[in-house]
Amino acid sequence: MIFYLTYILSGALLFGFIAAFTLFAVYAERKVAGFVQDRLGPMETGKFGTLQTLADILKLIQKEFITPGLADARLFTVAPVVIFMAVFMGFAAMPWAPGLVPSNLNLGLFFVLSVISVEAIGILMAGWGSNNKFSLLGAMRAVAQIISYEIPAGMALISAIMIAQSLNLQEIAVNQGILSKESLRFLGIWEVADTGGFLSWNIFQAPHLLLAYAIYFVASLAECNRAPFDIPEAESELVGGYHTEYGGLRFAFMMLSEYALMFLTAMIGVVLFLGAWNSPLPTIGSFKLAEWTTGTIWGMCWILLKTLSIVGVQIWIRWTLPRLRADQLMSFCWKVLTPLAFLSMAISGIWRVFVMN
Amino acid sequence: MIHAFLTAIKGLSLTLKHLFAASHTREGLDIRSEDYFSGQQGVTTIQYPHQELPIPEVARYQLDVEMDDCIVCDLCAKACPVDCISIESIKATGTIGKTSDGSTKRLYAAKFDIDMAKCMYCGLCTVVCPTECITMTNQYDRSMPDLKGMLYQFADMTDEEVAEKRKELAEFQAGKQEGKQPL
Repeated sequence: MIFYLTYILSGALLFGFIAAFTLFAVYAERKVAGFVQDRLGPMETGKFGTLQTLADILKLIQKEFITPGLADARLFTVAPVVIFMAVFMGFAAMPWAPGLVPSNLNLGLFFVLSVISVEAIGILMAGWGSNNKFSLLGAMRAVAQIISYEIPAGMALISAIMIAQSLNLQEIAVNQGILSKESLRFLGIWEVADTGGFLSWNIFQAPHLLLAYAIYFVASLAECNRAPFDIPEAESELVGGYHTEYGGLRFAFMMLSEYALMFLTAMIGVVLFLGAWNSPLPTIGSFKLAEWTTGTIWGMCWILLKTLSIVGVQIWIRWTLPRLRADQLMSFCWKVLTPLAFLSMAISGIWRVFVMN
Repeated sequence: MIHAFLTAIKGLSLTLKHLFAASHTREGLDIRSEDYFSGQQGVTTIQYPHQELPIPEVARYQLDVEMDDCIVCDLCAKACPVDCISIESIKATGTIGKTSDGSTKRLYAAKFDIDMAKCMYCGLCTVVCPTECITMTNQYDRSMPDLKGMLYQFADMTDEEVAEKRKELAEFQAGKQEGKQPL
C-alpha cells in the first residue's frame, strides 16, 4: 500500500513541478523576449506581470473543448495526452539528488530516450487527426526532424555512456563527484575522486565530451522543436503547426509538454555531461567545499540551477537565431552533426581504453 | 559552417547586450529636447496609460470647436477635403453678439457636426477659420465602441431653440415681404 502511495505521490509531485516550471518558463520566455527586443514583456497582471501566466492558464482551463467537424475525433483527443505522457514518463528515471530518484532504473537513459521518442507518434496523431493541412505539414516536419536529430543526440549520449560505463542515470551522476567509489581523473591525468567539484564532471574527465555535449545540445533544441529548429510550428508559414486546431486545456497540455521536454532534455544533458547533482565547487586544501555542498537539498539545488541555466540558454538562442530552412536543417543534421557525433564516439572508445585504464 | 557559427555567436552577444541593457529604461521622452537621440539606450516601451509621450498642446489630433467664437461662416466645411464637417445655419434677425476677437455673429449654428471617423487630421479647417475657433488639440486617446460616438456635435442649441429661431426668421422674412408688398 505504502509502495503505491509513494508512486502516486512522486508522480503528483513531478506533475506539480512541471506545471510550476512551465508557468515560470513561459513568463521567463516572454520577459527575455521583451528585454532582447528592448521591450518590457508582460507588465500589467501582478507586479511586473508575474501573474500573467497564471491568468493565461486559468483562461485556458475555462475554455470549451472544440473538435473540428472533420477531425478524427479519437486521434485528436488522445494526441495531447500521448504527447504529455511521453515527456512526463521521461521524468521517472531522472536523478534529483544523492539517493533521490523516482525510479532507479538500470536502463534509465535508454528508457528516457525511448519514451521521449513516443512523442513523435503523439505529434503525428495531432497533425493527422486535426484534418488540417497546416497541422499535417507541421506534424510531418516535426516527425522528420525529431527522428533525424535523435541520431546525433543518441550518438553524443553514447559517447558519454562509454566514459561513464553505465546506463543507470543515478550511477552516472554518482560517478561525477566525491561520492564515487571509482577513480576519477581530470582530463585523464589528475586523480580528483576526493577533490570533486567541476573537475570531476564528465566533460572534464574526458574533454572531447564538450564536443559531444555541444552536439547533444543542438540536437535537443531540434527535438524540442525550438528555434532555430522550430519549422514544425513555424508561425509565419504554418499558423501553429501540429497544434493549429487545438485550444483550451488540450493546447495547455501541448505547451506543458513542450516546456517539460525543454527541461527534460536540459536535465539529461546536465546528468550525463555537467555533473548532475554534484557540486561545482572543488575541495581546496582543508576547505572541503565539495563535501559541504553535497547532500539531498544541495543536490536538488545544484541540478535545478544547472538545468535552469541550460533552459535559459535555450530561451536566449530562441530569441536570437532565425529559423532554419527544412533542407538546411536536414543537411546540418546529417552532414555535420552525425559525423561529428560518430567522431566523438570513436574518441570515447579510444579514451576509455587507453587513457582511463 | 564556421561562418555560420561565427555569425551565430555575433548575434548571441548582441542579444545578450540588449538583455542586460534592459535593466534601464530610456530617458528623455520629449523629441523636442536637445539630447533626445543620446538617451536612447535600454527599454523603449512606454507604459501608455501610466506614462505618456509629451506632445504640444495644439498637436494635430482631435478637433475642438469653441462655439462662442464661431461665426458659422462654413469655411471649415468647405475647406475639408473629406467633408467630415457639416454645418447648418439659421440667420438671426439681428446681431447675436461678438466673438472674443471682435467679429460680429449673425448666424445661429443649428448643426455643427464633425465626423472624426472621416477626419484625416490635415488641419486645413483650422487654417481657414477666421476667428480661430476650430482648433486641433492634444487629445488623441478617443476610441468608441460605436461609430456614432465618433460624430462630435458641437452645436449647443436644443431642438426647441432651433425651431423657435426658424420661426422667428420665417416671421421676420414674412414681415419683410409684407413691408415690401405695398411698394
